[in-house]
Amino acid sequence: MRKTQPLLYATLLVGIALSAFPLYWLFVVATRSNNVVGDWPPPLAPGPNLWDNLGRLFAAEDANFLLGMWNSLLTSAVVTVSVVFFSSLAGFAFAKLKFRGRNGLLLVILATMMIPVQMGIIPLYMIMVELGWQNRMEAIVVPALVSAFGVFLMRQYAEQAVPDELVEAARIDGCGTFRIFWSIVLPALRPGAAVLALTTFMGTWNEFLWPLAVLEADNPTVQFSLSQLSTTYYTDYTLMFTGALVATVPLLLVFIAFGRQIIGGIMEGAVKA
Amino acid sequence: MVTDLRPSPATSTAAAGSTPPRQPRSGWRDRISRVEVRWSPYLFIAPFFVIFAVFGLFPLIYTAWVSLHDWDITGAGAFVGFDNYVALFGDPDFWNSVFNTLGMLVLATVPQLLMALVLASLLNQKLRGVTFLRMGVLLPIVTSVAAVGIVFSQIFDRDAGMVNGLLGLVNVDAVDWRADKWSSWTAIATMVNWRWTGYNALIYLAAMQAIPKDLYEAATVDGAGKVRQFWSITVPNIRPAIVFTVIMSTIAGMQLFTEPLIFGQGGFAISGGSLRQFQTVSMYMFEKAFRDFDYGYGSAVAWMIFLLITVLGVVNFLITRRSR
Repeated sequence: MRKTQPLLYATLLVGIALSAFPLYWLFVVATRSNNVVGDWPPPLAPGPNLWDNLGRLFAAEDANFLLGMWNSLLTSAVVTVSVVFFSSLAGFAFAKLKFRGRNGLLLVILATMMIPVQMGIIPLYMIMVELGWQNRMEAIVVPALVSAFGVFLMRQYAEQAVPDELVEAARIDGCGTFRIFWSIVLPALRPGAAVLALTTFMGTWNEFLWPLAVLEADNPTVQFSLSQLSTTYYTDYTLMFTGALVATVPLLLVFIAFGRQIIGGIMEGAVKA
Repeated sequence: MVTDLRPSPATSTAAAGSTPPRQPRSGWRDRISRVEVRWSPYLFIAPFFVIFAVFGLFPLIYTAWVSLHDWDITGAGAFVGFDNYVALFGDPDFWNSVFNTLGMLVLATVPQLLMALVLASLLNQKLRGVTFLRMGVLLPIVTSVAAVGIVFSQIFDRDAGMVNGLLGLVNVDAVDWRADKWSSWTAIATMVNWRWTGYNALIYLAAMQAIPKDLYEAATVDGAGKVRQFWSITVPNIRPAIVFTVIMSTIAGMQLFTEPLIFGQGGFAISGGSLRQFQTVSMYMFEKAFRDFDYGYGSAVAWMIFLLITVLGVVNFLITRRSR
């Protein structure tokens, strides 16, 4: 292989520019005023209007953007903690404990990963009506408390990260199974759990169809607020872009902080898939 | 579901017999710990199965039951057998949405996976700044879906959009991207392609890195060029990854919802444009169930989507198996 490959780097940089440009454009428009957005050539440098736009965003009727942000933070955090906990628990059981029906039940979990659960939203909505959870965050959180993908991921991870001897030694010392899980297995699962936490947080934050079905505009998630903006203020590009920017910033922060782990997670999952 | 988890005590003694040996203890403590060892695995996996059964599997199956009724917001009406399905088969709006979904599926999946293949093979070279490059291609997946919809709706706007501006540079007339099937499909597929190419590229990259280097060395000795090596060594060796991404993109593509909905803007959003030119099946189901409150009919649409996904999954599986 040659040492320098200018063409290769150039192609890759063009690719990265293409993948970053829409995000940059998101930022530029959010800092501009509406009368320059449609100009040709387009304004490619940030402008001075970000604070104005933010003010208009948080004051926008029907969008309830601040509440939407709060609801999304809350639901994503609760769902993440729950998915990580229950997935680690079940993943540990499937990887390291012996019980009747283990392989069959694991197969069930694999199959459910392929099922488009979204197709059940009509009865799911009826359940929420029965429970009185329409337009409440319980409707978003409770069905998402567990994840088949998460169980599978943690099972794969536990298989290689937790030595059998460790579990057996703890057992001989008289540890109960949950105690083994809590003080020995869970710490060993931490890197895998981090990847699951990141993807779960991002997935919950991005949830769109179900909140749109079960929530109302006065108690939205952030994606619901964005959809409100795009139906009510669709001529007001700077307002919509500011909303989209604010909705993306938390994900970007997570990505900048934990990007390496996310990449590792995607690539490891792929090897095993 | 839940009852399946509990085998009869008589049959599960075999499982308990395989637990590690314990030191002798007083009888009752020993018995408690034996019960604990036998049952705690079920307790550990129970939360998943209980919640999934109630909020995942049950609604999905119950959808079939609802679809056999004349069911609206006031509750269950008469049992109507397959009437909803008969109506659905004669419903041009439904078939239109199926057609749109499949069209966008092809426009979004094929270029996406091809670009991902190319990108992955570029990233598979000896490079500096590996983390930077990988994070760069993964940026789109971090952008929230609705935000993607908003940004690209503006980029593809007839009057203010950048795409028409660029087309103007080469003297092509401005395109009204929302007006026709092909143009709106292209715009929506662009969003999906943009968002997922880098993710798939990383999956391919991981698979490529597992290919033994001596395969390439042997091919070079035999005089095979880079392109030939790519098609004869790289692609066959990462086949499992390709099958995985094809199936995942198909499942996701059949449920396409957010991007076209945001692209729609304004009052016609859920119908995918004034002439339903980019309404997907998921949008049609949503429109029937949550705008017209026709739960029975909406459930029939949902089950048809479910069947379509299953059929496409099987077809995918058979094709990829035969091409072995």
